[in-house]
Amino acid sequence: MARMKFLCDAERCIECNGCVTACKNEHEVPWGVNRRRVVTMGDGEVGNEKSISVACMHCTDAPCQAVCPVDCFYTTDDGIVLHDKDLCIGCGYCFYACPFGAPQYPKQSAFGARGKMDKCTFCAGGPADDLSEAEYEKYGRNRIAEGKLPLCAEMCSTKALIAGDGDMVSDIYRERITKRGGRPSNWGWDTAYK
Amino acid sequence: MKLRKKIGSANQAVPNQGIGLFGQAVNRRTFLRHSGVTAGGAALATIAAPAMVSKVRAAETSPKADIDTEIKLSVCTHCSVGCGVVAEVQNGVWTGQEPDYDSPINLGAHCAKGASVREHGHGEKRVKYPMKLEGGKWKKVSWDEAINDIGDQMLEIREESGPDSVYWLGSAKFNNEQSYMFRKFAAMWGTNNVDHQARICHSTTVAGVANTWGYGAMTNSYNDMHNSKCMFFIGSNAAEAHPVAMQHILRAKENGSKLIVCDPRYTRTAAHADQFLRLRPGSDVPLIWGMLWHIFENGWEDKEFIQQRVYGMDEIRTEVAKWNPAEVERVSGAPEAEVKLAAQTMAESKPGTIVWCMGGTQHTIGNNNTRAYCVLQLALGNMGVSGGGANIFRGHDNVQGATDFCILSHSLPGYYGLSAGAWKHWSSVWDVDYEWMKTRFDAGSYEEAGGKPVTAMNTKGMPVSRWIDGVLEDRGNIAQKDNIRAMVLWGHAPNSQTRGPEMKEAMEKLDLMVIIDPYPTHSAVLSNRKDGVYILPATTQFETYGSVTASNRSLQWREKVIEPLFESKPDHVIMYKLAKKLGFADEFTKKITVNGEEPLIEDITREFNGGMWTIGYTGQSPERLKAHKEHRNTFNTTTLMAEGGPLDGEYYGLPWPCWGTADMKHPGTPLLYDTSKSVAKGGLNFRARFGVERNGENLLAEGSYSVGAEIEDGYPEFTHESLKSLGWWDDLTDDEKAAAEGKNWKTDKSGGIQRVAIKHGCAPFGNAKARAVVWTFPDPVPVHREPLYTNRRDLVADYPTYEDRKSHYRLPTRYGSIQAEDHSEDFPLIHTSGRLVEYEGGGDESRSNPWLAELQQDMFVEINPADANNVGVEDEQMVWVESPEGGKIKVKAMITPRVGRGVVFTPFHFAGHSEGEDLLDKYPEGTAPYVRGEPANNAFTYGYDSVTQMQESKVTLCKIYAA
Repeated sequence: MARMKFLCDAERCIECNGCVTACKNEHEVPWGVNRRRVVTMGDGEVGNEKSISVACMHCTDAPCQAVCPVDCFYTTDDGIVLHDKDLCIGCGYCFYACPFGAPQYPKQSAFGARGKMDKCTFCAGGPADDLSEAEYEKYGRNRIAEGKLPLCAEMCSTKALIAGDGDMVSDIYRERITKRGGRPSNWGWDTAYK
Repeated sequence: MKLRKKIGSANQAVPNQGIGLFGQAVNRRTFLRHSGVTAGGAALATIAAPAMVSKVRAAETSPKADIDTEIKLSVCTHCSVGCGVVAEVQNGVWTGQEPDYDSPINLGAHCAKGASVREHGHGEKRVKYPMKLEGGKWKKVSWDEAINDIGDQMLEIREESGPDSVYWLGSAKFNNEQSYMFRKFAAMWGTNNVDHQARICHSTTVAGVANTWGYGAMTNSYNDMHNSKCMFFIGSNAAEAHPVAMQHILRAKENGSKLIVCDPRYTRTAAHADQFLRLRPGSDVPLIWGMLWHIFENGWEDKEFIQQRVYGMDEIRTEVAKWNPAEVERVSGAPEAEVKLAAQTMAESKPGTIVWCMGGTQHTIGNNNTRAYCVLQLALGNMGVSGGGANIFRGHDNVQGATDFCILSHSLPGYYGLSAGAWKHWSSVWDVDYEWMKTRFDAGSYEEAGGKPVTAMNTKGMPVSRWIDGVLEDRGNIAQKDNIRAMVLWGHAPNSQTRGPEMKEAMEKLDLMVIIDPYPTHSAVLSNRKDGVYILPATTQFETYGSVTASNRSLQWREKVIEPLFESKPDHVIMYKLAKKLGFADEFTKKITVNGEEPLIEDITREFNGGMWTIGYTGQSPERLKAHKEHRNTFNTTTLMAEGGPLDGEYYGLPWPCWGTADMKHPGTPLLYDTSKSVAKGGLNFRARFGVERNGENLLAEGSYSVGAEIEDGYPEFTHESLKSLGWWDDLTDDEKAAAEGKNWKTDKSGGIQRVAIKHGCAPFGNAKARAVVWTFPDPVPVHREPLYTNRRDLVADYPTYEDRKSHYRLPTRYGSIQAEDHSEDFPLIHTSGRLVEYEGGGDESRSNPWLAELQQDMFVEINPADANNVGVEDEQMVWVESPEGGKIKVKAMITPRVGRGVVFTPFHFAGHSEGEDLLDKYPEGTAPYVRGEPANNAFTYGYDSVTQMQESKVTLCKIYAA
């Protein structure tokens, strides 16, 4: 089975936000919830500016899953970390645990200011029936079930963001690094994938 | 030890089993496409409490599992890269957007704007029906009532003041067919007061470049940059303005190309550069001449290329000699070592390409800048080669096409100009009587050429950059019968133009204002008018179809994705409705089928195919363009040539010039002036456009010609006479002979002259040298001149601007009288402007798209920390930015070293505020964009290019103080 991974190539990311918008478009994610973001470090500083696109990294040993008090997380056979919104209580514990700031909370009444947690699904939907309306409403489109990959990576303007089977992702990236003769800067991998 | 506490059998972390589905060898392009992985995980179908789940927005636009999905192919409507869009449509609703991996241009990629185009199918903030402003309130009216009212008022103005008092401002958002029809529409209304955004984006490029080597367009392509060994960017921030181009640029960089970025700001593009060179805004000529100084000093120029293919380089040398490193640093701020390094990199890493955009063009000396860039490339011998060229990135999706069809006040389609010959040519293409065309115009004469009066029909109209002066200037000072009294803003964002406060005044003085657009735009809210404004809802390009020209001159065919939303209509339908009301519909569509009120797009394409000989828009028939769309996966992504398949050997989108008729099957010209291929296979040489001799010096190429040319030297353009004297006349068929008699390669409507020239390996337009000196321009050799508003008073005496001009495009144009006034003390900061990736142009469309608007919610000004400290301003504090002309904007301060000391930057996409006030209440109900802000151009000032009337929106002065 494939082990799904994201990789953002900081040498290529230009902070165009194509990935962010592709995600919004694909899942009609409401204003205020950002399953994916582009983070720029050293913004405007000559020689120091680097951008990177970040979402849920679908960690091998996911801290969100470890701390969830209602066990709403599960890992699919492809290594995608998903959660069940019917079980989620919107406590925000996963947000504390996540090293990437991936969990998002819609600002809808329920418990205080926080609704059910929402995060990147690797375009794999959720526990509802594949491709059902219920799944779309809660988790967005299930591209994996349609035989496609996450739209953010598929649409990335410079092919900086790569998603898919870890081996394939590594191959593409390794080829680039070799060509560049530079140091790899595959940000996030050491933290997320073990 | 794992952190995770639960491990169920179904959820077990699966060890990586290696190749799996991705095992077979696939290249990167097919990698993402063919991935097939089904989701695992338990299916727990329960019902969620609705309030707690972030439910998707509009259920009607979400994909449904049980409905058939149709795929429609279109092209992104934002920038000029030309990214393919794959739309999924269910029951006429645009429910999904997929990457277009088959497009050789974007290979599936999109930036934020491209990834958001499905929102056009929602159109929540669109204008939904025709409206009229009555007593300060927007009132819904029917299409018929609107067209009738507008038409009656226009005809009345025509009666009283002549046709020149109605201004037709068109759009780079039109497709080619609509652009062509729009220019024709203005012609048949009887005015040259017609223009569009190209005037304020790349007009100085088109003029500068066309006058240097023949054609005013990007010479190579984004894809061809893969072959570059050095990429030199000046005044271009591709990472934000052309993000998908960066895919090709970074690919080149990974192939070993150097990337040099010159800009006043450390841009997102500069962040990827090998060398970043900061220059003072408006000092492009000194910087380029500074580089050339090192090139000449070290003998790095390509002497053979110059000898064979360039005229006037010696005059350049004389000017360049003045730009020693010390002077370059004094004027541009770029230190010697940096300038030399850039020059050396360019000289040693060939082929090298140059890329420029608005940073170079939007100046009073924009035409000097663009020609200086050209000269640099000519000196290095980088022209006409793969990996080299002048890669001028255009702005809007179809600004290249709209320029080619000349929605421009100084020319008819195809750059034929406004001479009697040009009018006769187009009258014959339109199948209307030239004498009738003449009657449409004001018969008066207000300008002279060569001591003789010229009629309005042959006089350049007012440019879009100056329409406000056409309204406000004293009637006695303008070279036409009366002022502009009615303004048609068709697909135009007024906030993209400088002098906002005066524009407001002009709008208030008009008799009639008509806005035709999918969105109300800033025009609807800027003025304090209470009456006399109409808004007609136009569709986007996803609700119609036709061809669009990308920056690399490739034409792509768009399919209609969805039917027009609400009551909106495609632009060409609205043109037809108006033509009918104004009484020239029959002439307007004489050779075009009209279905109901819709002129048939394919017929329009065929009609312009029959007239656009100058730049080779003749071979791209609708059938060929549709075939290119269908087989776009067969094109090589670097060369853009089809390899095998039904289009073997053709170039993607038949980049113009695609010579002769469609039957000739010319493959298109991927690289302009590339002599390594025969003309029949897309090769070319510099155009013979400026005569054959000057001051005894030969202007034709010497010993350089495209492969296979039977004339192995320079030669002038082809005419019926030259065919006869060469003995090639009998290669024409009898029909061609009849049509070609007395004609040349531009006016022979059979295409025979072109066909025969190409048969003998020759370029129809001749084979000449490029000219480094444009003797017809105010500054034949490009020189530096200080901006009108400059705080470097020490430089004004050495590099003064021009003298004021009495009539330039019908209007008095000021230079010296403005520069004479010293504002440097009260307005110490240089103000420049540019783009953000999330928004396009004036931004009304993109700020109305929630997916984009969320990403960029505030208008801001970038200020260097030192300047911020000088005026005591903190990050995110509201500040006033005020210009010496009194315009001011209230914006958020962003304190960043991105801008150098003494320079501030604002993005120009915002509108909907005025001097700190939100104009929300003035928008028609439900149409206000999500994000509104101060238009940067309210704080930009007077200043126009000496050749094209390009506005100066890259350098002015300002002061900043806390709000």
